Amino acid sequence: MRAESVLDTVGGTPLVRLRTLVDAELGGDGAGADVRLWAKLEDRNPTGSVKDRAAVFMVRAAEAAGRLRPGATLVEPTSGNTGIALAMVARRRGYRLVCVMPENVSQERVAVLRLYGAEVRFSPAAGGSNGAVRAARALADERADWVSLDQYANEANARAHYETTGPEVLADLPEVTHFVAGLGTTGTLMGAGRYLREKVPGIRVVAAEPRYGDLVYGLRNLDEGFVPEIYDESVLDGRFSVGPRDAVRRTRQLLETEGIWAGLSTGAIVHAALGLARDEARAGRRADIALVVCDGGWRYLSTGAYEGDLDDAAEALAGRLWA
Amino acid sequence: MPVTVRIPTIMRSHTGGEKSVTGAGATVGDVLTDLDSRYDGLAGRVVDEGGLRRFVNVYVNDSDVRFTGGLDTPVADGDEVTILPAVAGGA
Repeated sequence: MRAESVLDTVGGTPLVRLRTLVDAELGGDGAGADVRLWAKLEDRNPTGSVKDRAAVFMVRAAEAAGRLRPGATLVEPTSGNTGIALAMVARRRGYRLVCVMPENVSQERVAVLRLYGAEVRFSPAAGGSNGAVRAARALADERADWVSLDQYANEANARAHYETTGPEVLADLPEVTHFVAGLGTTGTLMGAGRYLREKVPGIRVVAAEPRYGDLVYGLRNLDEGFVPEIYDESVLDGRFSVGPRDAVRRTRQLLETEGIWAGLSTGAIVHAALGLARDEARAGRRADIALVVCDGGWRYLSTGAYEGDLDDAAEALAGRLWA
Repeated sequence: MPVTVRIPTIMRSHTGGEKSVTGAGATVGDVLTDLDSRYDGLAGRVVDEGGLRRFVNVYVNDSDVRFTGGLDTPVADGDEVTILPAVAGGA
């Protein structure tokens, strides 16, 4: 495959069957089950995560709208992957990037962002990701020459998945019955989910969201919560909250059974997808469940999630934004 | 039917600091009403006239009740109900 620029290599990721994982999960009872899991390997994108798709679409949309001039400064609330993806696009297109993130994100993310040339500003850990969103929006308001793409409110984020991820899943798996992805900005689920809903009658679109520890939710005021502007509940059929223990366990299992080393949000998604697989097998229904592997394990190595006692590893994630 | 209800830090002033409490009822709404009778003001933090408050998420055994019938979602003996504030997720 030959390309004019690394930006042209975003997307077109493989969809891989997880046969051993499903066999292990369903055991003997599931031997005759008509249930399959398919993983879309988004870690194959240029910066190693699904966020490359949104980054390219959001920058192109801003350029087309005349919001970005050469040398412009982008400011974005991000705990890592979107920042790294935007940093790559910014490098290629000649923009400066400032990322605002809570101070308790993993070290690798900060290091990689700086390597790509982004400036990192920290918001207090106590404010969590909501605090980073507010801080980035405040910076963009103060500086007339700074542009915030604001992935949580940017329709180009969801459109990236409507125009690429969704069609790719359908092309590789026309028999798809379920689509499972993580719920962060909600871009993947809103875009790919909406596309698949239009094309596949009866498809179920399901979200897996990370459940953090008390320290992350902290003393957050219930009246000042945060729901991304692009989120539309009607696109989803279900939404599952997955704690760190299940996410770590499934991430390890994915590596052991399939040789796929993924990040922790993928563990949460796999956990939700296997729950659906069990339900469908029990009901005797056919299921072809597509799920998203958001990123690889490299960015989580310092969290200690991949080795040692499972409970210790889960405990170590308690105060962190692990997905 | 007793169910365990996990209370977020911000609401523990209502439960005397307890992280989880036991409630009874056939639905999520019943359980909240039951808890409110013992922990004054608790239900009002989760529900308003329109139903579940926008920035509060409630799960029964990890499944978001907004997709399973809202406050009418049935609960059974031994179920776990989790109340959490909505946060910005995603990288």
